[in-house]
Amino acid sequence: MKIIIERTKEEKELDFKGTIEELLQKLKINKEEVIVARNGALVTLDTELSSEDEIKILSVISGG
Amino acid sequence: MNCDKCKENAIYQDPNLCKKHFIEYFEQKTINTIKKFGMIKNKQEKICVAASGGKDSVALLFVLHKKGFNVEALAIDEGIKGYRDRSLEFLQEFCKKHKINLKIKSYKKEIGKTIDQLSKKYSPACNVCGTFRRYLLDQHSKEYKKIATGHNLDDEAQAVMMNILKAQTSLFARQGPMTKDIDGFTQKIKPFYFIKEKEIMTYAFLLGLNIDFEECPYAPLSFRSYVRDWINKEEKENQGTKLNIVTHYLKLREDMQDNIQKIETKENKFSKVVKDALQPIKKCHECGSPCSGLICKACKLKEEINA
Ligand SMILES: [Zn+2]
Ligand SMILES: [Zn+2]
Repeated sequence: MKIIIERTKEEKELDFKGTIEELLQKLKINKEEVIVARNGALVTLDTELSSEDEIKILSVISGG
Repeated sequence: MNCDKCKENAIYQDPNLCKKHFIEYFEQKTINTIKKFGMIKNKQEKICVAASGGKDSVALLFVLHKKGFNVEALAIDEGIKGYRDRSLEFLQEFCKKHKINLKIKSYKKEIGKTIDQLSKKYSPACNVCGTFRRYLLDQHSKEYKKIATGHNLDDEAQAVMMNILKAQTSLFARQGPMTKDIDGFTQKIKPFYFIKEKEIMTYAFLLGLNIDFEECPYAPLSFRSYVRDWINKEEKENQGTKLNIVTHYLKLREDMQDNIQKIETKENKFSKVVKDALQPIKKCHECGSPCSGLICKACKLKEEINA
């Protein structure tokens, strides 16, 4: 699974099974501070991920 | 997870809503806030949106424009290389596309120095920056009925907590959903007062207002980011924390205003002292902005940096 963390411009391949909520926990990202898109569309935290997914994690924090 | 209102997949959680219903919810919440506080009287009223090009102000500009309000944009260019220049470029394109009038005023031209230059002397730069930002917004919004800002529930909850932690007393001056109607000054309104930052980001994403700018390079130094991280940790464990902070503040504010009125009827002299302390009703000798002394903070600072 490909993971893009937009805030730090980080891109990585990860072998992961579980939901988005679990993925965020693993990456130590507070779910309050991001929205998550799977293959370009927004999804909720309970969404189960598959190995072909591309996950984009967008930070909601900005300077206004 | 399904949408609470239809059978589509939810794209947002708490409340659980699909794309269509989220957009509806978001726009209705904005309109309800405007109505609740009487922020905008009618659609002819000329409103100036204080726009930075970031997601909050662009989403606000978009909603108000979409809902038929008479909006224009006023942007302040603080002079932050690699950050503000990019967001203003985006804002210019956005306003052109939606046929919204845009004015840009820069620190360089109006104050004499950019924030990049000032940040060497003033650290963190946020205090100086905020003072000049408000100053320029006041100076260039006199032709409008109201200035709308993108301040959201997160911002307000942070401000309330910052005031408590630092025992600041600016509770009445800048906080709250809208400023008072004081002669000669444009009223400031916050239509996103009850909307979370996360909701704004979701709305911006759904409408393709794909704004992916980094955080202001000076922000990580500020006390605000510390408070923000802390509130977000609380909200993660207890959904509704932000709203609770702000609701509690609004209640306190109401009680305080009631009390002032009671004191007023009892003892006129004392109430005048209290009122003066709470409201800057004098005008700056240099620029005419509201201030408590002879010259406002912005004009004092302006003298200092150009000395
Ligand atoms: Zn729905
Ligand atoms: Zn002044």
